[in-house]
Amino acid sequence: MTAEAGLAALWLAAGLAAYQFLLMILALRSKIAVARPMRAVAVVQGGLTLIAFAMLLLAFARSDMSVALVFENSHSAKPFIYKVAGAWGNHEGSMLLWVTILAVAGSFVAMLSRRTSELTLVAGLGSQAVLALGFYAFLLIASNPFARLYPPPPDGQGLNPLLQDPGLAFHPPTLYLGYVGLSVAFSFAVGALLTGEVDSRLARAMRPWVLGAWIMLTLGITAGSYWAYYELGWGGYWFWDPVENASLMPWLAATALLHSINVLAARGALKAWTMMLAVIAFSMSMIGTFLVRSGILTSVHAFAIDPERGTFLLALLGIYVGAAFALFAVRGATLKEGAPFELVSRESGLVINNLLLSVILGIVFLGTLYPLFVEAMSGEKLSVGAPYFNAVAGPLALVLASLVGIGPLLSWRRERRTIWGQLKVPALLGGAALAITIFLAPDIGILPRLGFGVAAFLAAASVLPLIGRNPFRAPLETWGMVIAHFGIAVALGGMAANTAFTSERLAVARPGEILSLGPWLVQLQDVTPTAGKNWTAVEAELQASRGAGAVTLKPQTRYFSNPPAETNEAAIQTFWNGQLYTVVGKADPSGGWQLRLWWKPFVTLIWGGGALIALGGALALFGRLWRVRRRRGSSAQWRKERYA
Amino acid sequence: MKPKNQRLALLSAALIAVLVAVLLAMWGLKDRASYFYTPADITAGKAGDGQPVRLGGMVKRQSIRRDADGVTIRFVVTDGKAETPVMYRGIVPDLFREGSGAVAEGRLQGGTFVADTILAKHDERYMPPQLGNLSAEHKAGKTLQK
Repeated sequence: MTAEAGLAALWLAAGLAAYQFLLMILALRSKIAVARPMRAVAVVQGGLTLIAFAMLLLAFARSDMSVALVFENSHSAKPFIYKVAGAWGNHEGSMLLWVTILAVAGSFVAMLSRRTSELTLVAGLGSQAVLALGFYAFLLIASNPFARLYPPPPDGQGLNPLLQDPGLAFHPPTLYLGYVGLSVAFSFAVGALLTGEVDSRLARAMRPWVLGAWIMLTLGITAGSYWAYYELGWGGYWFWDPVENASLMPWLAATALLHSINVLAARGALKAWTMMLAVIAFSMSMIGTFLVRSGILTSVHAFAIDPERGTFLLALLGIYVGAAFALFAVRGATLKEGAPFELVSRESGLVINNLLLSVILGIVFLGTLYPLFVEAMSGEKLSVGAPYFNAVAGPLALVLASLVGIGPLLSWRRERRTIWGQLKVPALLGGAALAITIFLAPDIGILPRLGFGVAAFLAAASVLPLIGRNPFRAPLETWGMVIAHFGIAVALGGMAANTAFTSERLAVARPGEILSLGPWLVQLQDVTPTAGKNWTAVEAELQASRGAGAVTLKPQTRYFSNPPAETNEAAIQTFWNGQLYTVVGKADPSGGWQLRLWWKPFVTLIWGGGALIALGGALALFGRLWRVRRRRGSSAQWRKERYA
Repeated sequence: MKPKNQRLALLSAALIAVLVAVLLAMWGLKDRASYFYTPADITAGKAGDGQPVRLGGMVKRQSIRRDADGVTIRFVVTDGKAETPVMYRGIVPDLFREGSGAVAEGRLQGGTFVADTILAKHDERYMPPQLGNLSAEHKAGKTLQK
C-alpha cells in the first residue's frame, strides 16, 4: 500500500503544481485577487511530496522487496542506517528527494515571505511550481520510484559498498538542499522579471535563501571532499572529477550571487547583473544534476547508463534555462540601473569579485564539458583533469583570495580615505610567509609557495573590519563575513601545506618490519582477518611513533558479498599538526603486505577552513533573520493589506 | 559615473570576463587534455612518447606480474584487437582484477605504458561508458576463439 500511496501523492502534487502555474498566468494577465489560493496550494503541494518521500523511506526501512527500487538497491543484511540512506543512494530516489526539497522550499516561501509585493511572490511561486512540474513529469514518466515487482523476490541486490558510509547518508541531501535552495533565487528572479519589480526589497527576500543554499553547498562540498579523502584510500581531497565540479560550479555562481545581492539590497544597484547571476546559479545546479544523473560521465555517481533519462533531463534543462535567458533578454534591458558608484568603491570591489568568480566558473565549466563536446563532435574521447584546472583556475583563485582581504575595507559608493595604511601589517605578514618558505623549503612549487603568502596576508587582512571598533557591537553579519574570509585563508594554508610537505611511502612489509616516513617510524605488527555485518576483511595493525609515545592504526581491505566488491578502509590518525594516513593493500607471495603511508602536515585545515566558511555564512544568516524578526510589524495588519 | 555609462561599463566588463574565460580555457585545454586511447590506437601510433593519455581496455587474463619490490605491477591491457603492456607502482584499486575493465592514466615510454593512476570498474553493474562497446567486442572475440 505504501508505494501506491506515495505514487498517488506525487500525481496530486503534480496536479497542484499545474494549478499554481495557471494561477500565476491569470494573476499576471488580470488581477492579483485571482491568486488568493496560491500560498495555500504551494504549502499543500510541499506536504504531498513529503508524504511521497516518507513512503519511499518506509519501503526501504522495511526492506519491502516487492518495490523494484528497494530490490535493486538494498539488501536485508544491510545495517539499518544504510537501508534508509539507500532510499536516496540511487537514481529514482535521489530525484524524488530533489523534487521534495524543491516543493517544500516553495511551501516555506509561501508561508514566510513578506518582503516583495504579492504579485511578485505569486509569480515567483508560479515559477517554482513550473520547475517542480518538469521534475514530476520526469519521475512519473521516466523514473517511477514506486514501481512494483511481482512476485516479490526473496532478497535485494545490495548497495555499492563504497556508498555504505555515514558520509553518504548526509552528503547528497546536503548538496541537494544547496542546489534546490538556489531554485528559490531563480524563481524569485523570474517572478520579478515578469512583474518588473527588481529592487532592494526583492534582494532582501532572496538573500536568506541564497545564503542558506550557499551554506549547504559549502558544507556539502567540504563533506564530499573529506569522504573522497578517507573512503577512496587515494590520499587526495579533490580530484577534479566531473561530479565534484558539478557541485563546485553552483557554489562559485552562488558565491558571486551572494556578494552581488548585497549590492542590490544595500544600494539598489547591479539589478540586471544580480538577476542574471540568480538564473546562472540555478542553471548550474540543474547542469550538475544532469551531469550526475544522466549517466553521461564516467564516475561512481553514474548509477545507470540510460539515454532516455539523459535526454529527458537535457530537455528540461534546455527549456528552463532557455526560457529564463529569453525572459532576461526581453526584460533585462528595461531595468533601470540603480544608484551610481565610483571606480574605487565597495560596489566596484564586489563587481571585481563577481568577475573573477565568473571567469573561474567559466574555466571549470568549459573544462568539464569539453570532453562531452569533443566526443559529440568528432567521436574522440578525452579527459580533462587536475593539470588543466590547477594551472588555469589556480592562479586566478589566488588573485581572488588576495583581493578578498581588501574588498571589505572599501566603503559604499565612493572611497574617500586611503586604505593602504590598514593593509601594512597583512602585507608584511604575507611577504614574511613567502620569504620563510623560500629559505626553509626552497624546492616547493610556485603555486603552494604563493598559497602560503596569500593565506598569511588574508588571515591578517580578513579580521581588519573588526579592528578599530568595539568588535562585540559589530553586527553578526560582519562577524560572519570576517569568519568566512578567514576560513578561506585557513583552507588555502592547508592546501598549500598538503601540496608542499606531504611525505609518501609505498612498500612491502613483513610483520615486524619498520618503515620510516617523514618524522615517523611505522612498524607493521600483524595482519589478521576480521568481519562485520555484511563484509569480511584483512586488518593490518600498525604502530607509529615519533619521539615519545606511539599510536596504533588499523587499516583494512574489506570484501563485500552483496554485491561482490572490495574496498580499502584507510586508517587515519589526526594530530594537531597533520594526519597520518595508512592503507593496506594485497598480500605479497613472499609473505609481506603492501602498505601505502602518508604523513600530511596540516591537511585538516582544508576542511576546517571549509567549516569556518560555512559557519560565517550561518552567522550572517542568523544575524539577518534575527533583525527581521524584531522589526516585523503585526501579521494581522500584513494579511489585511497584501491584496489591497 | 552616469547611470547609462555605468551600465555600459558593467556590460563590457561582463563580456570581457566571458572572453577571458574562453581564451584561458582554450589555451589550457590545448595541451592539458588527455585523450582516451585503446590498445589498438596505441599500436596505430596515435599517442606520442611522453604525451599524457588514458588507456582503456580489459586486463588480459593471466597477465598480472609483480616485480621483486612487491609494489610494482605489470599487466597487459587488451581490446581484443591489440595489446599494450602497462607498468604501475602502487596499490591497485578495489576491483582491479584480470578479465575486467580498467582505465590507466599515464604516458607511453618506449613501448610500455607507465601509469600514474589506475581506475577500475567500481562495481559489478557499473561500466565506464568508454568500455561499454569494448566489453561486448571482447566477449564476441572470445566466443569466436572457443
